[in-house]
Amino acid sequence: MSRHVVVIGNGMVGARFAEEVRRRDPDGARVSLTVLGAESHPAYNRVLLSTVLAGGLRPGMVALPAADGVEVHLGVAVTGIDRAARVVHADDGSTHHYDELVLATGCRAWLPPVDGLGADGVPASGVSVFRDLDDCERILATAVPGARVAVVGGGLLGVEAARGLTGRGVAVTLVHPRTHLMEGLLDPEAGDVLAGALREIGIDVRCGVGAKAWDPATGLDCDDGSRIAADAVVVATGVRANTVLAADAGLAVDRGIRVDDRLATDDGRVHAIGDCAQHPGAAPGLVQSGWEQAAVLADLLTGTDPAARYRGTRPVTRLKAQGIDLAAVGDVDAGDEQLRISDPYRGRYGVLSLRADRVTGAVLIGLPDAAATITGLYDSGAPAPSDRLALLLGRALPGEAAPVTDPGRLPGTAIVCRCNTVTKNALVAAWRAGATDVDALARRTRATTGCGSCRDAVCGIRDWLGRADPTAVDLWQADAV
Amino acid sequence: MEAAAHRTATHCPYCALQCGQWISPSGEVDARAVYVKEDSPSGVGGMCQKGWTSSALLTHPHRLTSPLVRPSRGAGFVETDWGSALSRVATKLAALRAEHGPDSVAVFGAGGLTNEKAYLLGKFARVALGTSQIDYNGRFCMSSAAAAGNRAFGVDRGMPFPVTDLDDAELVVLAGANVAETMPPLMAHLAAARLVVIDPRRTPTADRAIASGGLHLAPRPGTDLALALGMLHAAVVDGHVDPSYVDDRTTGFDDVWRVVSQWWPERAERVCGVAATDMRTVVRWLAGTRRRYVLTARGVEQHAHGVDTVTAWINLSLALGLPGRPGSGFGTITGQGNGQGGREHGQKSDQLPGYRHITDPAARAHVASVWGVPEPSIPGPGRSAVELLDALGRPGGPKALLVFGSNVLVSAPDAQAVAERLDALDLLVVADVLPGETASRADVLLPVAQWAEEEGTMTNLEGRVLRRRRAVAPPPGVRTDLEVISGLAAALGAPGEFPSDPRTVFDELRRASSGGIADYTGVSYARLDAGEALHWPCPAEGHPGTPRLFTDRFAHPDGRARMVPVDHVGPDEDVDADYPLRLTTGRVLVHYQSGAQTRRVTELAATAPEVFVEVHPDTAARHGLADGDLADVTSRRGTTTARVRCVPSLRPDTVFLPFHFGGPGAANNVTNPALDPVSRMPEFKVAAVKLEAAAPAAADRTRTTTSLPAHP
Repeated sequence: MSRHVVVIGNGMVGARFAEEVRRRDPDGARVSLTVLGAESHPAYNRVLLSTVLAGGLRPGMVALPAADGVEVHLGVAVTGIDRAARVVHADDGSTHHYDELVLATGCRAWLPPVDGLGADGVPASGVSVFRDLDDCERILATAVPGARVAVVGGGLLGVEAARGLTGRGVAVTLVHPRTHLMEGLLDPEAGDVLAGALREIGIDVRCGVGAKAWDPATGLDCDDGSRIAADAVVVATGVRANTVLAADAGLAVDRGIRVDDRLATDDGRVHAIGDCAQHPGAAPGLVQSGWEQAAVLADLLTGTDPAARYRGTRPVTRLKAQGIDLAAVGDVDAGDEQLRISDPYRGRYGVLSLRADRVTGAVLIGLPDAAATITGLYDSGAPAPSDRLALLLGRALPGEAAPVTDPGRLPGTAIVCRCNTVTKNALVAAWRAGATDVDALARRTRATTGCGSCRDAVCGIRDWLGRADPTAVDLWQADAV
Repeated sequence: MEAAAHRTATHCPYCALQCGQWISPSGEVDARAVYVKEDSPSGVGGMCQKGWTSSALLTHPHRLTSPLVRPSRGAGFVETDWGSALSRVATKLAALRAEHGPDSVAVFGAGGLTNEKAYLLGKFARVALGTSQIDYNGRFCMSSAAAAGNRAFGVDRGMPFPVTDLDDAELVVLAGANVAETMPPLMAHLAAARLVVIDPRRTPTADRAIASGGLHLAPRPGTDLALALGMLHAAVVDGHVDPSYVDDRTTGFDDVWRVVSQWWPERAERVCGVAATDMRTVVRWLAGTRRRYVLTARGVEQHAHGVDTVTAWINLSLALGLPGRPGSGFGTITGQGNGQGGREHGQKSDQLPGYRHITDPAARAHVASVWGVPEPSIPGPGRSAVELLDALGRPGGPKALLVFGSNVLVSAPDAQAVAERLDALDLLVVADVLPGETASRADVLLPVAQWAEEEGTMTNLEGRVLRRRRAVAPPPGVRTDLEVISGLAAALGAPGEFPSDPRTVFDELRRASSGGIADYTGVSYARLDAGEALHWPCPAEGHPGTPRLFTDRFAHPDGRARMVPVDHVGPDEDVDADYPLRLTTGRVLVHYQSGAQTRRVTELAATAPEVFVEVHPDTAARHGLADGDLADVTSRRGTTTARVRCVPSLRPDTVFLPFHFGGPGAANNVTNPALDPVSRMPEFKVAAVKLEAAAPAAADRTRTTTSLPAHP
């Protein structure tokens, strides 16, 4: 007899949970699954919406893989949870009994109280939030080349939306009420470097400026007295966890639904994962946390690993904006050793902080290979290389000294022909024994007879030997063979 | 060099490039051009140091020249005559068979054996022994690439185009390939191209990539699949997919995308450690270049998810429209000398000659008719290499093992376990040229001829059949492998024919392969000796062979390539607090495979005399180790003692061991025998290890690891 699990929410985390359950229990012997999704679309990958906005993907290409053997109800919103009866009520009149309930209700975009933007969370005409596929399609309908769009909010999503729309030929103004962009993750200098990079590609970035009123006829009025002539507004001012159902059911709710390391709420039969959940070790808004939670909960509810626990996710944020490489990792204030490099004119900035040789945090702009390496060190907790500057610069570090090409300065033990392990010493010895042209050197030492790529180097050594006067060669002999 | 007229044209004994050799009657070796373009029939021959020094093997003092037997385990070897040796083997095999059934006898072959030997060995197992228990060391080499190629293209030919096509390439991506060390003369064909090298280590090949204006991407060991997924994601999002090619020539893109859509480059970066921007750059290069190739090798294949990893690279290549397009392509770089032919003619547990499947009724009927035996007498599929070795001497497992051309004690994973299994056998028979580690444990040791002393054919990395020719006579007392198989079949009173003449065997192979995937019907010694370059399939006498596959269609019934959805899973064994480092294994230029040959060549041994472990200087310092110290590299399975070599370009989380050495220095003391579910390839390329200073007693151990028994 399998346990019946009802999942409320068919977003990235709810759908992933169903997939993880079926991976562990392919034929449903242990767990039967019902998923209730309020959106009418099959599950899709929300992370890719900014790519859709940027034109990299058609909206039809963001569907998530559908797990087999899962009862999915689309366009069905849950209206209430009866924990005593262990029943979920939905707006289509249906009821669903559960043995275990999983809340994966996600979060919703927050619409700030600005005149004309909308009311009760419903955007007004010409206004879109940027949360779901419908929002995305609504924005795209207005994003024709030459259109003017104001993006309100300079967090991660606002920056990605601004970058994506710019790529479509839209004239974008980005207004952000705080002193610098992505202030939750970036220090002021990093924010300025990012703003510079965005201006470089044509985005009008205005920090310290808040939206005051929107009128589709005139545009967006700002609190500094300016008016932005815009055809549409995209609002990206943050999100709020969807906790109403949980709160109404009497579950403990703070900024999200509180869960423990087993992803259980204060009712052991009710669990919460993803953006709607609040776990002390999970930074909000990162899909990685939700996916890791989905895997742990699948281990627990299928009985695959009763000892599975969710201990938190190391926060790594990567901006998805064409031409701008930005990574924000951990907490740069948590270290006791800090390095900083700044090259704002070329859009590069890096701050790296460490404690006891371990990376605690970093912000890296325009340093992509350093970002990859430092993220890896942060994730693994492995000790950082002792050459911190090389780590921070990555490939931006000036390359090693150019290989010595002057045959006279090449050390005698240097291997000239790798295929046959032929050293300069061996070539000189062969030359002195009478092999004075390249073919003879090749016959005697086998240099050049593998892949042939050392032929120029061997020619160089032959020429050098031919030019060098006998005394010089004798001098060289002193430290040779 | 003696008069050219007396020289014999043959090929190098080592890798699948099979460089051309001239060999004089006194055994002097010279280079001979083989890879010449169809339209400009001139070319230069090249050889690496292994090929140039190969003649040292002909007169090596350790050469086995007489059959040796051990009266009992623990006793020393004594010389005997061929008749007594073969009769002892046959008597024991017959007794085991009578008591325990035919599967109590097992056979282990090699990718270095000629086509004729591979074919006759497979026939010998199925007909003379009646056993299903035959597999070979190619399982450790090409099995993942083969399975992925079959799945995607319907056929597995390592390079489905001639090597010389690469001469004109503008861009070549080498995934998990260190060609500058493993197949150096191939680099001559990559000289004009910008190279991208994907390898956890900054190898000499990676150096060449950087010098060519290309890139070296260094993923964490065991994450190549995630890298390929991220790159395909980038290809889709950045608009680099070739939609008409995908529509016209493939199936499965939508299913693949559903997985790949979840691997945006930044997510893949977090898994594999390669910068997302580098993924985008390489994809942009691939898409923006007319003549471009993706080539994989063991680095991406030798994993417990090797088939899926190769598949991910094939999916990327298909999405970009490479395979079958003139001047472009996907290929895998076959390793062993006859790694290609060796996997086509029936020494693999699940195959019959012509790359036929042993469970296919039509294939069985055809081969049975060529062999002159009833179809039901041909056994079904047997155990794969690692499973076969693991079953030796266990209840229900084989009690006798015949080994041809392989040194399993060094080349198989988890060497200690292999040693225990070999010692549990009732009978171990090894046919070899020189006594390697495996031979030293044999009950019967049969001395056989080597490359320059025998006739036959080899199929190179591009599926072209090459003639191996006898240049010198083998030492007295030595027989060819074919003569040994033939003699054993006679001693066993086996039904059917077991000729020892290579040409006769090859002609039978041609008939047996007829109508199969690897069809050799039209390939004859006469045509090869007349200088024709014949790539299989070559289904008829007048057929010109098939240098380029897939130009019109792939080998599936509908002519389309299959894009198969694959996902990243990660290594079988992850690092943890006890085993915090990732080990990867590989090769050095001067040694080949288990080193049984190359460690005996003075000049090569002088260049790389002993096993070493590459370690990042920080990692070494953290373990109290310095350059030149002896270190123990330990996994859950065993320890390798090796000399520390500090390499600043290495990833600090990774250490590297070459696998050419035996004994305490054998890398396979620590490797993980976890198997790919499809190919049964073991996970040679990644294991969790710890690093420690070697115990003082180990100080004089590594030297012994380089030496092989002079006489077992």
